[in-house]
Amino acid sequence: MQDEEILGKAYDARLMKRLLQYVKPYRKWVYFAIALNVIIAGLGPVRPYLTKIAIDDYILKHDASGLLWISLSLFGVLVFQAIVQYLNTYFTSWIGQRTIYDMRVEIFSHLQKLSLRFFDKTPIGRLVTRVTNDVETLNELFSSGIVMVFSDVFIIIWIVVFMFSMDVNLSLVTLSILPLLVILTAWFRKGARDAYREVRIQLARINTFVQEHITGMNVVQIFHREEKEFEKFKSINEAHTQAHIRSVFFYAVFYPGVELISAIAIGLIIWYGGGEVIQKTISLGVLISFIQYTEMFFRPIRDLSEKYNIMQAAMASSERIFKLLDDETIIHDSKERGVRSLEKRSDGEVEYGRSGDDEKGTIEFRNVWFRYDDESGRNAKGKMQKEKSNGKSLDGVYPVHGTRDDGNGELPQPPTSNLQPSDEWILKNVSFTIEQGTTTAFVGATGAGKSTIANLLLHFYEIQRGEIFVDGIDIRLIPQQELRKRFAVVLQDVFLFSGDVKTNITLGNEKYSLEEIQRAAKTVGADSFIEKLPKQYDEEVKERGATLSVGQKQLLAFARALVTNPEILILDEATSSVDTETEQLIQQAITVLLKDRTSIVIAHRLSTIQHADKIIVLHKGEIREQGNHQELLSLGGIYFKLYQLQFKGQEISSVAS
Amino acid sequence: MKSLLRLLPYLKRYKKTLALGFFAIVVSNVFWLVTPFIVGKSVDTLKSNFDSGKLFQYGALVTGSMLLSGYFSYLTRQTIIVISRKIEFDLRNDFISHIQKLPLQHFQNTPTGDLMSYATNDLNAIRNVLGPGIMYTSDTITGFLMIISMMLSLDWKLTMFTLIPLPLISFAVYALGKKVHHLFDEVQEHYSKLTTRVQESLSGIRVVRGFVREEYEKNLFNKMSWEYLEKNMKLARVQSWMWPLMFMLTGISIVIVILFGGKNVIAGTMSLGTMTQFIMYLGMLIWPMIAFGWVVNIFQRGAASMMRFCKVLDTVPGIRNEELGMKNEENKLRLANYELRFEGSIEFRNVSFTHNNKTESVLKNINLKIEKGTTLAIVGRTGCGKTTLVNQIPRLYDVNEGEILIDGNNVKEIPLEILRRNIAVVPQETFLFSSTVKKNITFGVDGSSMEEVVRVAEISRIAKDVEDFPNKYETLVGERGITLSGGQKQRTSIARALMTNPKILILDDALSAVDTHTEEEILQGLKTFMKERTSIIISHRISTVKDADMIIVLDDGEIAEQGTHDELILLEGIYAELNEKQMLEKELEAI
Repeated sequence: MQDEEILGKAYDARLMKRLLQYVKPYRKWVYFAIALNVIIAGLGPVRPYLTKIAIDDYILKHDASGLLWISLSLFGVLVFQAIVQYLNTYFTSWIGQRTIYDMRVEIFSHLQKLSLRFFDKTPIGRLVTRVTNDVETLNELFSSGIVMVFSDVFIIIWIVVFMFSMDVNLSLVTLSILPLLVILTAWFRKGARDAYREVRIQLARINTFVQEHITGMNVVQIFHREEKEFEKFKSINEAHTQAHIRSVFFYAVFYPGVELISAIAIGLIIWYGGGEVIQKTISLGVLISFIQYTEMFFRPIRDLSEKYNIMQAAMASSERIFKLLDDETIIHDSKERGVRSLEKRSDGEVEYGRSGDDEKGTIEFRNVWFRYDDESGRNAKGKMQKEKSNGKSLDGVYPVHGTRDDGNGELPQPPTSNLQPSDEWILKNVSFTIEQGTTTAFVGATGAGKSTIANLLLHFYEIQRGEIFVDGIDIRLIPQQELRKRFAVVLQDVFLFSGDVKTNITLGNEKYSLEEIQRAAKTVGADSFIEKLPKQYDEEVKERGATLSVGQKQLLAFARALVTNPEILILDEATSSVDTETEQLIQQAITVLLKDRTSIVIAHRLSTIQHADKIIVLHKGEIREQGNHQELLSLGGIYFKLYQLQFKGQEISSVAS
Repeated sequence: MKSLLRLLPYLKRYKKTLALGFFAIVVSNVFWLVTPFIVGKSVDTLKSNFDSGKLFQYGALVTGSMLLSGYFSYLTRQTIIVISRKIEFDLRNDFISHIQKLPLQHFQNTPTGDLMSYATNDLNAIRNVLGPGIMYTSDTITGFLMIISMMLSLDWKLTMFTLIPLPLISFAVYALGKKVHHLFDEVQEHYSKLTTRVQESLSGIRVVRGFVREEYEKNLFNKMSWEYLEKNMKLARVQSWMWPLMFMLTGISIVIVILFGGKNVIAGTMSLGTMTQFIMYLGMLIWPMIAFGWVVNIFQRGAASMMRFCKVLDTVPGIRNEELGMKNEENKLRLANYELRFEGSIEFRNVSFTHNNKTESVLKNINLKIEKGTTLAIVGRTGCGKTTLVNQIPRLYDVNEGEILIDGNNVKEIPLEILRRNIAVVPQETFLFSSTVKKNITFGVDGSSMEEVVRVAEISRIAKDVEDFPNKYETLVGERGITLSGGQKQRTSIARALMTNPKILILDDALSAVDTHTEEEILQGLKTFMKERTSIIISHRISTVKDADMIIVLDDGEIAEQGTHDELILLEGIYAELNEKQMLEKELEAI
């Protein structure tokens, strides 16, 4: 939330410098746009000048044909100016759009790199705002903002040049109002900034209040505090209104103030310039064109407050964006490619997983310690990189590395030394091995750490201590994407994307043919419901799969996993109950999925644990029992109790059905 | 546009100031138009006779009239814009006070974000209509009419000539505007698609990572962003014509003045000063032209926002003091004194409940009697209707069928204030305001002594924790302050309920995040506090409910089992099974 309240200065050199980096690739276009602006700025003063010629040389000299000629050239200038103006607007929009496109793409890719730790602590909505709203705010700055600064300066310079070329004295007299203008502008800028700050603070208060009272409406109503809370709200609201009214004052003075100063200038021109006309030092046409210049001169200044708002909003947005882009909660792939830890060959590169099939598809956890809330996971990694890649690979590439590592790379101590007895270790010294082609079921009470096993295996999080091996290779040495390609995951809550059935199975991977998709769907038994849909595999899927039932979503997730034909399957069984028919479909699908495949199942189904080759009992983050169903039952320990708690009821219901 | 008519009553409140504002606009425009007039005069003076004294007078006049024009323009902003802020204040107050009256279901069905956006974005769009919208519309219209009539009075023929481009301008603005509007809609549509995609891609991050689809997601996003860029450029291609076209067409008018006016001057039928005046007037016309397109946009957006805003204001508050009970004098008297006699026995008579947008009923024919001063416990699976059942007592929901009686009076007949003041609920989802601990605890009462606060904090076992907080009871909690654990939040929430000294206390699964030991202590403390009071405790834990005077097991909206702990164990039904499971869990926990 605090991010949203960044008030921001209207100009921050550091931010601006960084923002300009984004325009750099398009600097040719920027130069082009600036050139167009120079032309526009130059053309502006031309018209009053032509007007002057029309008056002095033709009208006053009664030359009707010359008047027609000058009118036509005026018209020509107009058309030309309009075309240049069009091109200018168009190209500046293009620059703006290109820049924010780049920025958007960068933010989105950055988000795709960030570790799940980051997503655990950041609300998604906030991130969406960064990619959409905040970037959009910068559009105006990139498009019109930067170029406009130049154009305004040029307009002013041109006008001054034209004025001086016509008459120096009158120019000096006219520009003598400048100090007044500077004072007024400075006063306005300071006043408007302070008022704006106050407005923002009050607005934040109102928003917090409204937000809280909507989410906590039940509390308000339960305690019958509607009136009291309303009184509170009124005073906050009042302060907000007052802040606005104060800021209105500055605008109310500024706009007419600029007009007044420009009127003073015109007054001076009439008085002094008129005198000069009488003395014949200048012509009447010059006088009239001076009046026109004065109006042009003030236009950029009048727009000042608008530009100020653009800047202010842009600064605040960019600060938030850069903060996100600077977040380095990233699990970096190790520079060193994984080799067999057991063979650890130092000679030449050995592509992992190719040097023999004996360990392919095997998994090992060795003395793994893990907790979610700890930053030191990153330190642990830092340490590892130092050890294994001589600490040099990342320096310079990731400048924040040094600060990230300020724990001196020290590994966290096991709980006994520095933590309370009620520590938050999710996994404590967990070790196990899983053989190729076997099914291993994890059981345990809620919070025993079952899902964490899956998260760690996929390298979603860094462990604090210990090692995890896949195919006999430490997963930290396997590029994450390659590691994950060997797996397929079925999560407890099936996440469906809006799109169609087909893309939800392939997740957009075009290498799968429709036949393959259909085969996968058929194998898991999802075909029966898909084929009943009006458009079958092209049927639209709404956001979060709103139109599908829980069971159907499950089956789709199975098909999604199967189509990749993974070496290793991770299945986090859903706990939600489905009707008997769907339950049978799901059980069949699970049997097919697990067949002849290294599989890890976080089990909630009796049928699954009964068929597992090995069951690992997790209890309070530790492995307490291992074995198959019968062995563990006869042990009469934790598993026996868990069985009675979680699975026994299913026996009865499956008999009943 | 019709929806904006709803703003009229609000505007009426400020009609005097508003009238002053309009007056200021007219006067300001009058003085604004003086400048070209005087410039014209001075040009003619210069041409005919050389009177330098007059020149100073003219110069002073220009400055003076602009000073007046400026003052009135200042006055315009200080009236109309200020009024818009005041109406915004009124509207926001009405909004909040209205949504506070809405039944809770409304909040379950409407995302918080939507309501927030009504109160911020939409209200802002409405405010833009009231402020800049009204101000610029009247300014544009009066300015435009005055300039045209000035021009007509000077030379109607030349005016006609110069106005030739005007229909062209209007047509161009209209045609372009239509196209721009259409393209703008397309851009907006694509923008929301893009937003949804980001939202989905980030919500499904585990799937994306698990299946190594980052590249695909990136490519898809890049593609959509590129399409967005293209749509924006399509819009820019059209929209970029707007300003140059208007600029060119007004410029043509000036050329016409120079050409035809110049001819007139040469012919001697017009003075050079008048021509200058014409040129200046045309320069002044540019602004109203630009403002026009802008104002139309403001009004369109405002109307759409007003419609959304009104939809909330028009939602009928479901629960209010039933006129029924207030109808006859006898009842009124009886209930007025009711508060003194509020004892807290509760009876459910054939109560059924269905959420308004669903067909399946949550509660089916509930009959239940809770004597005053006793404790009722409710257990049952998630979604079996426990919360709905208790929420009906303080009328957070109203029953569809049957009735609920307190001390023999239908709850619908008891004034809402009295009803809710005597019932305290500790809701399932703990909500604390980002304020101090003390303010949270005393949320439900008007004045309170520190002793009372500490007393309830002790009963709810939060007192010890508070002593460790940096500023004790004055410590801020929430976003700006310290983060409380789930258990601390629940205990604070209990203290808040106890503070109101309720006759009926409802704990809706309010001890779930509290460890069993502390729970035991709290229940012990409550025992003395709740003597003479009625309590209802919803829980999943047998340990919480076992000592209750009566326990009911809700299953699928019906009372499946009813009795004391021992009776229910003997029944060997749902409760007994639950008990068994929890014993197992306890054993597991102990291992």
